[in-house]
Parts: sequence; structure tokens; C-alpha cells
Amino acid sequence: MNGSGGSATERGFSASAVPAGARGASGPALELRGIEKRFGTVYANRAISMVVERGSVHGLIGENGAGKSTLMNIVYGFQSADAGEILVNGRAVVIGAPEAAIAAGIGMVHQHFMLVETFTAVENAVLGVEGGLQLAGGLARARRELARLAGEYGLEVPLATPVAELTVGLRQRVEILKALYRRADILILDEPTAVLTPGEATALFGILRRLRSEGKAVILVTHKLREIMAITDRVTVMRQGAIVGEFVTRETSVGALAEKMMGRAVGGPLEKPPVQPGGTRLAVRDLEVRDGQGVVRVRRVSFDLRAGEIVGLAGVSGNGQTELLGALAGMLAPSKGTISLGGRELVAAKVGPRERRRLGLAHVPEDRLGMGVVAGFSAAANAILGYHDRPRYTRGPLLRMAVIREECIQKMAVHDVRPAAPDLRITAFSGGNQQKLVLAREMDGEPSVLLVGQPTRGVDIGAIEFIHRRLVALRDAGKAILVVSVELEEILGLADRILVMNGGEIVGEVARGEATEAQLGLWMAGVSGEGRG
Amino acid sequence: MSRSSALPRWAEWGLLPLINLGVALALAGGVVAVLGESPWVAVKLLVAGAFGSQEGIGYTLYYATNFIFTGLAVAVAYQAGLFNIGVEGQAYVGGLGVGLVALEWGEAHPLLVLPLAMLAGALGGAAWAWLPAWLQARRGSHIVITTIMFNFLASALVTYLLVNVLIKPGQQSPETREFGPGAMMPAMHEVLGAGGIAFAASPWNIAFGLALMAAVAVWVLIWRTRWGYAWRVAGENPTAAIYAGIAPARVIIGSMVISGALAGGLGLNELLGSQHRILIDFPGGAGFVGIAVALMGRNHPAGIVAAAVLFGGLYQGGAQLSFDLPRINRDMVVVIQGLVILICGALGDIFHAPLLAMLHFWGRARRSATG
Repeated sequence: MNGSGGSATERGFSASAVPAGARGASGPALELRGIEKRFGTVYANRAISMVVERGSVHGLIGENGAGKSTLMNIVYGFQSADAGEILVNGRAVVIGAPEAAIAAGIGMVHQHFMLVETFTAVENAVLGVEGGLQLAGGLARARRELARLAGEYGLEVPLATPVAELTVGLRQRVEILKALYRRADILILDEPTAVLTPGEATALFGILRRLRSEGKAVILVTHKLREIMAITDRVTVMRQGAIVGEFVTRETSVGALAEKMMGRAVGGPLEKPPVQPGGTRLAVRDLEVRDGQGVVRVRRVSFDLRAGEIVGLAGVSGNGQTELLGALAGMLAPSKGTISLGGRELVAAKVGPRERRRLGLAHVPEDRLGMGVVAGFSAAANAILGYHDRPRYTRGPLLRMAVIREECIQKMAVHDVRPAAPDLRITAFSGGNQQKLVLAREMDGEPSVLLVGQPTRGVDIGAIEFIHRRLVALRDAGKAILVVSVELEEILGLADRILVMNGGEIVGEVARGEATEAQLGLWMAGVSGEGRG
Repeated sequence: MSRSSALPRWAEWGLLPLINLGVALALAGGVVAVLGESPWVAVKLLVAGAFGSQEGIGYTLYYATNFIFTGLAVAVAYQAGLFNIGVEGQAYVGGLGVGLVALEWGEAHPLLVLPLAMLAGALGGAAWAWLPAWLQARRGSHIVITTIMFNFLASALVTYLLVNVLIKPGQQSPETREFGPGAMMPAMHEVLGAGGIAFAASPWNIAFGLALMAAVAVWVLIWRTRWGYAWRVAGENPTAAIYAGIAPARVIIGSMVISGALAGGLGLNELLGSQHRILIDFPGGAGFVGIAVALMGRNHPAGIVAAAVLFGGLYQGGAQLSFDLPRINRDMVVVIQGLVILICGALGDIFHAPLLAMLHFWGRARRSATG
């Protein structure tokens, strides 16, 4: 058993330890044997055994909740396995904490970067390995070493600029440099392209190839099959906590991998009757939104949302979509522009989220756990969030608990929420079932406009199809729907019209029938073509 | 990495507080032993002092009444995500309101004076909580800081009034004259006596019943009204509250005003039920004990009543202890009480993780034994 305590390090960490690549002698870079991890009664990882060779890029794919993140957290020491062994260079290591993983030569680049924003790249790199009380000496050494590493692997970043001023792509390079500076021979990247433009992603793959040719082992965790095909040598497929397939990448295909990942043949594209848009339900004109620091996040945004159509808002994460949704829902006050809902102006009139709901605007937020539900509440209590003062739920100041519970059971039946247990804590439901309940709640007020942020983030494959079909059905019933998603495939599958956001502006608009991925990708990257017609 | 599983309710509500109490008493026993007294004798004296006689029980419940009011005050704010450290000051100003009504209309009929005093107490406490609430809601001043400061302001205000304005003419100590007969909370032994039940005399009075009613009202407010719902949403997830159209400013002001009003209940028990005059520092720290009571009672009215009775017993039994054991003086009793507050209140969750691991282990052992 791999306990969490115990002497974790075989070899204490020191910045001037053995030169990279010379560690250990034989065996693959990383080998996992029989890793098990259970949360309550659910296996997050079950009998996981895999081998990652030196000088290779190894893909790890699986749907959300397949157990990829848990497995990588075990390898990096954030969580401890209930059973199993981890071998680095053929030698068993006990990894109870990230320090032990680093000492064993494992580095990880998280999806959400772990950088101190006010520090420079150099300062971030030495964090925790300053090498003595006197900071100056360590910093000077680090600067030389980082410059060498940057040159060797094509990881050029401005070393003296605070990280906050760097683009997302550059910050990711700082994370990789940080890991290399800590002498990582095994590099884990968790969904590294989720925040990158297609162009930045290509550059990242170039860096990964360099790392491979220098003998490093790279583990690429992703759910994007095309990335797997583009860059990996081998690929391991996980489903429901177990490994369901191992392939040499060039001997397999996207279709075969998808089938393994989902456990069944992939359904065809979403069936949609032709779009028949009606009148304008939501009109946005020249909208500008600033964040708390006064930085403009959304600028000059204008568009119409008509009844009976789904408009997809594509873009790389962090390009103003969140702020735009917040402003439309009434959570953020725009600094300029107008929003009108069914002909009624909302911005100047300072109509808040509650009034907007009453006027027929429903909102499924991007960040479900952070905003859409209250984690400590039951499903039934969450099913009235935002609607808790509707007359049918109240008698004077009192809540009608029986009605609330009864309606929650109905919603669960209609939207296939499992288990149909209204008194269960919301966090006991899977992401997909939480999302179905949120969608059910927002549909219940008979809205005319529906804003949906990342409809299937953290949602399992079965629920994705259900949610997509549901959104199409709502559109056919005459709702005006705005879908914001960072998954281009989701936008392409759902939308009738596509808007692309970059740097807070809508840089492109195209009907679904005329959209090409190449054009959308350029827009997302901020390369302006003819833009909007 | 998040706290993946919560304790079952019986463990969270029953076992965990008992473990905390046990550890606190063990530590207190250590202190007693160091002083050269037998911990076992001390515990027996403490329990007997608090619950061993009618008089002891009366005193215990009299102290508990203060703690129920202040504990509820802390809990209401806490449910809305606010840490109200100013209950002491709110109780002080609320009590001032109670006392002023009692001084002015003390000769009138109790059925007139007592409701009026209740109202004045609630208004005084509410007003003293409203100011910091308004400052946070509209000006962004942090409520923990402002409520602490408002404790000092309350103290200075009441001291000034007692010394310069309200003092009974011709005496040294800053106290008012005694209230009129209409402004006395009927004592429980009198009420019970009127019903034919003999009970030893103590300051235990019908404010205790009011405190229990307040506990029920708080439960309804928090878990059965749309206001309580909105407060709990704001307390658990402020972003979700904004998403749901719940205005943070209204939550802050609404919950703090109710919190302060509950704190004002202390004056009914302490002034009308026991002291019959306004005197310096009559809340006597009950506002701070209320924080421990609320924490130990898991911010639930039922838990708060139970914890308040426990702390009431500790106060009463502690007094008995210092009386009977010569080596344990009043200050040592405060140390023992402090230990209980520390372990049960401030460190109330330190045994959460070990207990969780233990239950997990037992569960697994049982499963492997049966399956």
C-alpha cells in the first residue's frame, strides 16, 4: 500500500543534483502498476498499469470523469493511491507529496497555472528552490540556467517581466521552464491547449517535439482526439476509472479512439431541422464591459438573438465571453452600450438578474459549482435558486417545502436527472446530472431567451448528447439561445450562426453552413480576415 | 482535494461535540491536577453544582438564557456568511434600551412594560448591528473589524451614560436606581409556585422561555422562509447569490439587524430578570461566549440551546468549584471555561478529519467482514 506519509524521497532535492538524463539507469521513464483509488464506493482508478517510455509523447485520453486527473494527481503526489506502485526509471518510488514527485524527476503543468502573477519568470522558477538565504545568488544562477533551457528547447519567454503581463501561451512556457528547472525528466501536461489559440497550440507541439528528442518523457492529458493524433507516439484510453485500450498512435484512428473512449460506436452528428428564425428577442448594441480593475474586457459588441435560433459564441477561454455573459445576465454593469430584451432596454434601467429572469431571460452559467448551484444545498433547494421568491414556491415569507420538493421530482423525471433524489446534496450528483438540473430549473420559468455557458463542461458523454438534444428541442420550440463554448466542435454541432470573440471583440460572424474550422481558428487567434459582413 | 465527504449527521451533531467536550474536560482535569486537586472530585463538584440541585439548575438555566440569545445572534449572521463579533456590544446597547423603558415606565402594568422593553431591547441591538452592516454593505468596511470596534463604542457609550446621566443620585458606583415593580421578569420559581410546583429560588426567569421561542423562530426564519434561503445562499456562495438576483447589501443588513435584535434579548434576562437596574458591563462577556456556543451548536438553534445549557452549567458549576476547592480560585475557573471554549468553539473542527478517517476505516472493515 502506498501510504500518504512515510519517507517520500529516495534522493533529497537539491538544485545542483545529478545532471538531467543521468538519473537511474534502466527501465522505462515511468511505470504504474495496479494503481487503485476509491472515493467512497466509486472507483476513480481501478487496476491502472501503464508504461511511459523515455523520449516519447504519451497521450492519456478519456471523457470527463474517466479518472485521468485522479491518476495524474496520484503520480504528482496530490493524492495518494489506495494500492499500487509507481516506478521511475525502473525503481519503485513512494510519492506522498509533490515534493517527492519533483525529487523523482516528475514535473506537472496544470490546466490552471500555478504561478505567482506579480513575480517574473525567474522568480517563479526559483520559488521553493531558492538555494540559500541570499536570494540574489540563486536568482542569478536561475537566470543563467533558464536562459540555457529556453535556448535548448525553444521556450523563449521574457524572463524579467512579471508573469501577469505575459500572454497565456507564454505563461504556459514559464510553467514548462519551471518544471525543467526542477530537473523534470517526466513532464505531465493537463489539458494544455484548453486555454490556447490554435496557433499557440501548434507552437506548444513544437516544444513538445523538442522535449521528446532530448529524451524527456511527456504525458499529454487531453480529451481532444486530434491532438493525440497530431503529437503522441502512444496513447492510453481511460473510461470509468479503468484503462480500456492502449495503442501505438499511428496504427489507430480518431474513430477507433473515440469508440474506445465512449464505450460504444459514436453517434452521428446532431440532427437538426433547418433553422427558422423569428423576431429578435435580445438585441445587444455597442456593449462595453470593464472588470473590477477597470480593464476593458468586452468592447463594441453588437448582435441580435432571434427566436428559434441557436447562436454559438466561439473563442479561446478568457477573451471576454465570461464578462459578456455576466453583463447579459445582469451580474455585471456594462460601462457602455445597450441590451434590450423583447424590446425593453435593460442597461440604463439597471434591471438586475432577478428582474431579467422575470422578463424571460434564463441563464445556465459557465461555472456551475462556482455560480450555478450552492454546494451545501440539496437538489431541491438548488432547483429553486433564483426563483425562490416566485409565488408558487412561497406563502407569505414562508417557503412551501412540499411544493418545492414535488416540483424537483418532476424536473428530475423530465430531464432524466439521476438519482431522482431531491433531498440529496447537489454535490453528490455527477456533473452531467447537476447540469441537467440547472437546465431544468432555468427552463422552468418559461423563458424566451436562454444564455448557456459551457453547456457540457465537466459533463459525461451520455449527458452531453441529452443536453444537446434538449437545446435543439428548445430552439425548435421558439426559444432564442446563446451558447458560449470553448469547444469548437460543440459550437459547430449546435449553432445555426457562429460569432467568434477575440480580445473582447466579436471578430467574426458566419452562418453555420458557411463556417470552416480553418476560418474560425484564424478568428479565434485574432488574425482578422474580412470579419463581419 | 476538496473535502470529499461530510460526516454523517449523528457524528457531526452528536459524536464530534462530545469528543470535543471530553478532550476539553481532560485538559481542564490536567490543570486541576497540577494545582493539586483531584480532577475526579472537581468534575463531580462541577456537575453537582450545575445540575445537582434545584437552585443549581435554576442558575444554570439563567446563565444559559443569555447564551441562547447571544448564540442565536452569532448564528443568524453566520448563516448569511457574516462573522458578527459585536454581539457583546449589541447586547449592551439593546440592554440599555430595555433598561431605559424599565426606568421610565417601571410603575406601569407588566403586560405593558415587558413587551415595550422587549421591543426596545431588539431595536437597540438591531441599531447597533445596523451601523456596521450598513458600513459593509455600502462602504465596504469589513464587518469583523467594525463590530469589534462597536463593542468598545458601546462600552464607552453606556459607561458615559451611567456615570454622567443615569447614575442614581447620591451614590458612588455607576448604577441606576432600581426598576419599578412592573419591569421585573417573573422568576420561574414564582411562576412554577403559582402553578403548585415548588422550586428553589433562583434568577431563572421567563426570559428563558422567550429564548426558547426565539430559537424556534430562528429555525423557521433560516430554514423555512425565502429570506433565510437568500441569506444561506449568500453565506454559502456569494457568487451564486448574485447570479440568483439576491442583493448582497440586503442580505448583510437584514441578517445583521435580526442578529442584533436577538442580542438585545440578553437585557431581558439579565436586567429585568436578575439585576433590576442598569450597571456597568452587565453582558459580562456573554456576547463572546455566544460565539463559542454557536460554533459548538453548529449554528443550528437546537445545537445552540444544548450548547448554551452546557456553558450555563459550566458557569454555575465553576462558581461552585471555586467555592468548595480552596486551591481553585475564580481565575482558575475562567481558565477551565476558556479551555472548553477553545476546544469546543474555536477548534471545534480539529477532530473532524480524524473522525472521518476512523468512520471510513470502520466502514471498510465492516464491509470486508461481511462481504
